Amino acid sequence: MIDQPFAALGLKEEEYLRIHTVLGRRPTATELAMYAVMWSEHCSYKSSRVHLRRLAATARAGAGAPLLAGMGDNAGVVDVGGGLAVTFKVESHNHPSFVEPYQGAATGVGGIVRDILAMGARPVAVMDSLRFGPADAPDTARVLPGVVGGVAGYGNCLGLPNVGGEVGFDPSYAGNPLVNALCLGVLRHEQLQRAAATGEGNAVVLLGARTGRDGIGGVSVLASATFADEGAGGSSAGRAQLPSVQVGDPFTEKVLVECCLELFARDLVVGVQDLGGAGLTCALSETSAAGGVGMRVALERVPLRETSMAPQEVLVSESQERMLAVVRPAAVTEVLDLCGRWGVPATVVGEVTATERLVVTWHGRTVCDVPPASLADEGPVYERPLCRPADQDQLVADEPTAQRLLRPRTGAELRATLLRMIASPELCARSWITDQYDRYVQGNTVLAQPEDAGVVRLDEDSGLGVALALDGNGRFARLDPYAGTQLALAEAWRNVAVTGARPLAVTDCLNFGSPEDPAVMWQFAEAVRGLAEGCAALELPVTGGNVSFYNSTGATAINPTPVVGVLGVLDDVTRRTPMGFATEGEALLLLGSTREEFGGSAWAHVEHGHLGGRPPRVELGAERRLAEVLIAGSRDGVLSAAHDLSEGGLAQALVESCLRGGWGSRITLPAGVDPFVALFAESAARVAVAVAPAVVSRFTELCGQHGVPVSPLGVVGGDDLDVEGLFRVPLSELRTAYEGTFPRLFG
Amino acid sequence: MPSRVGVVTFPGSLDDVDAQRAIAMAGGEPVPLWHGDAGLRDVDAVVLPGGFSYGDYLRCGAIARFSPVMGAVSDAARAGMPVLGICNGFQILCESHLLPGALTRNAGLHFVCRDQRLRIENADTAWTSAYAVGQQVLVPLKSGEGRYVADARTVRELDDAGRVVARYVDGNPNGSLGDIAGIANAEGNVVGLMPHPEHAIDLLTGPSADGLGFFSSVLSAMVAA
Repeated sequence: MIDQPFAALGLKEEEYLRIHTVLGRRPTATELAMYAVMWSEHCSYKSSRVHLRRLAATARAGAGAPLLAGMGDNAGVVDVGGGLAVTFKVESHNHPSFVEPYQGAATGVGGIVRDILAMGARPVAVMDSLRFGPADAPDTARVLPGVVGGVAGYGNCLGLPNVGGEVGFDPSYAGNPLVNALCLGVLRHEQLQRAAATGEGNAVVLLGARTGRDGIGGVSVLASATFADEGAGGSSAGRAQLPSVQVGDPFTEKVLVECCLELFARDLVVGVQDLGGAGLTCALSETSAAGGVGMRVALERVPLRETSMAPQEVLVSESQERMLAVVRPAAVTEVLDLCGRWGVPATVVGEVTATERLVVTWHGRTVCDVPPASLADEGPVYERPLCRPADQDQLVADEPTAQRLLRPRTGAELRATLLRMIASPELCARSWITDQYDRYVQGNTVLAQPEDAGVVRLDEDSGLGVALALDGNGRFARLDPYAGTQLALAEAWRNVAVTGARPLAVTDCLNFGSPEDPAVMWQFAEAVRGLAEGCAALELPVTGGNVSFYNSTGATAINPTPVVGVLGVLDDVTRRTPMGFATEGEALLLLGSTREEFGGSAWAHVEHGHLGGRPPRVELGAERRLAEVLIAGSRDGVLSAAHDLSEGGLAQALVESCLRGGWGSRITLPAGVDPFVALFAESAARVAVAVAPAVVSRFTELCGQHGVPVSPLGVVGGDDLDVEGLFRVPLSELRTAYEGTFPRLFG
Repeated sequence: MPSRVGVVTFPGSLDDVDAQRAIAMAGGEPVPLWHGDAGLRDVDAVVLPGGFSYGDYLRCGAIARFSPVMGAVSDAARAGMPVLGICNGFQILCESHLLPGALTRNAGLHFVCRDQRLRIENADTAWTSAYAVGQQVLVPLKSGEGRYVADARTVRELDDAGRVVARYVDGNPNGSLGDIAGIANAEGNVVGLMPHPEHAIDLLTGPSADGLGFFSSVLSAMVAA
């Protein structure tokens, strides 16, 4: 019986046998290919599903933002008032970006944009979270410029401002970089679209690009398996997977976006779904299953790039820039006319039936006849074994104490440490990357990188806008995946709050190694538990996201890297608080408490290549109180600048805010505290703020009301960063150190 | 009744809405124009906005130049109508031979998005009369193919006739000949500009409000006429 190539398609034997059970017969070659992609880890979430229930519960708790759509939809939709809603989601495109960096990253952006479009929203901004191997590794010089070029090339051509994100380096990503792309969309409530096919006799219309042989098996053999061995994408293993990478055409996507938005505005579609992973198979089966209907599809009507394609190739191709729409028969002509106006190919490929069977014919021959839910919803679900990694205790015990790692003590040593740290790839200026991204297009960007969060205006009349931040720290998560995930959440929360926005909702991209490794599965379960409990404590719903497993090279997994996106709302974006110290004479204050916390810190990593101990303590109560102060300070107009303290601690934050605002500052570190700890510790729930001298007492009172510790830090002014009694560095020297690294490494 | 300024939308235009916003803020009435229509809807001036018209897969602006609307724009421009091409619009004007020279790949081979300081070199064109010669303005630049090139004689002619409208200062971002950021035709009604004044119309969303002058220039010229 087992004579079909299920293993080559990425299916396990038990999964193959399960298909026989579902169908009561041997699957056709076409059906087998369809089950292989839909039951892949990437599409079915078969290893993560049992854990993700915890996240779904955060939305059900009813706290935080009112959701119009949530997990399980293409993207969560959050009501932001004024009749407007926003939708946002982050997704990975890791493996394709290693095999072919430019196209992998470009189509990562394209895919998440279509997810947002499928909700009925106009895409209005993107962000990217990137991880690479060591910055000076030869393969990073191949992967990073390609990835950045792809994110830029696609996003810029689509006219989407890139408003923020992050990039990090670690040897664990050397054979498996991470490319996570986020898209934000805005819609009026009544424009919300559903990815459900309904109405017997309605037409199934395929919109957009022709279907080719690119991205065959993208979700299965590429995304849901580890890279076999080390080596660049230029290795033979990498080249062999090239056909699994999609090729992007942002111009086609741009006209597809405009065309779809006009279709929605004219209320011409009953349901809509993007074609992404698993291509047509996914769109047909998911919309049918969601609508509780069947479909009859004449597959030979699909416009092809290559006429020799077999039906299973047409069904699983991940060719980009395609959407599926369900249209009432009476509206078909108007839909086709409108698509013609935009130059978007549109083809009626089938119709909705009442049979609850997805029937696909190929030149009159039936190649597929299956219950759509068996593809979309009823894939295997695994309770994978979990096991705390064998080296975890040893790792945690290896605290970065003063005895273990040599610390700078004198002013000269601290000064030299600061200059090395800000020039390190970990902490240096990102402008070599972000200057390749258009941050101005659409004219609504109020804050963009290097600010802590991107702020986008939604309504020109009212000033309503949103703030978005995307954060993750694989080192913290490696030391403690539960706490590390909460620290990522807390940092994104804080980054949104420093702008004055009230955090409202969460999206997440969970990047992990192989789920078949119990140690990885333990990391994953801990991370999800941390995120769920963290979101519950902050009363934030998780609105949707993405799991990326198999980020391993051979048996070596990446550092677990949960990336968390937080969305907040600003009633009036003119009230936003920027990060730069821009006014001479203003008082600098430090909010929050500093402890001797160096486990997983940038200092330990950059100066000693050390990873061990415990990450900083998570204090979500303190984060909430801090946010209340930042929101009130913005609303009352008493905050001139605010900057989150995270990687690199206070020293890094001061350098960034001074360079951003164009003024130096005179800093007085608290007496009785080790200056090294004060400058470089990475305790959470801390923010540096600048306030006008006249409002210091009023602001201090505000902090007191909310129970937020506040201490004087210094004053803005001069041409250097002067840490009194210790050292002084001219801004020009800081700028040279901070900005020179990426241009030197990547040209 | 404010003057009507058309903004053309090609497939792949991106900054069309932004140009409309800038025109409205300067006191004009923005009028959307569609690439497939040959009519100009009684506008008094035209802006060709930034973007990637038709994907710019051949040469930037090379396809847009043949669109029906560009026939009408070219005729109107030759008859004296003020036309401003921004970024991709500048590329289209060069491809249409309404302006000399060409825009090629940036010297650094990367897309460059930055706040760029410019020096206004000619305040007599339809689009720059609100400025003073020598005035410096801060306007976003965002382009991958913004390096202005032309043969030596053309550049000399542009220099001699004062047809360089703006030059980059504080560093040449893309290798443009003579630091050229924008040029005009001999009559001064057609201007091509690589940076984006429509992204510098207020301090909330731009680095300055310096860009508004390009749009107020053309509106005051129309009032005067």
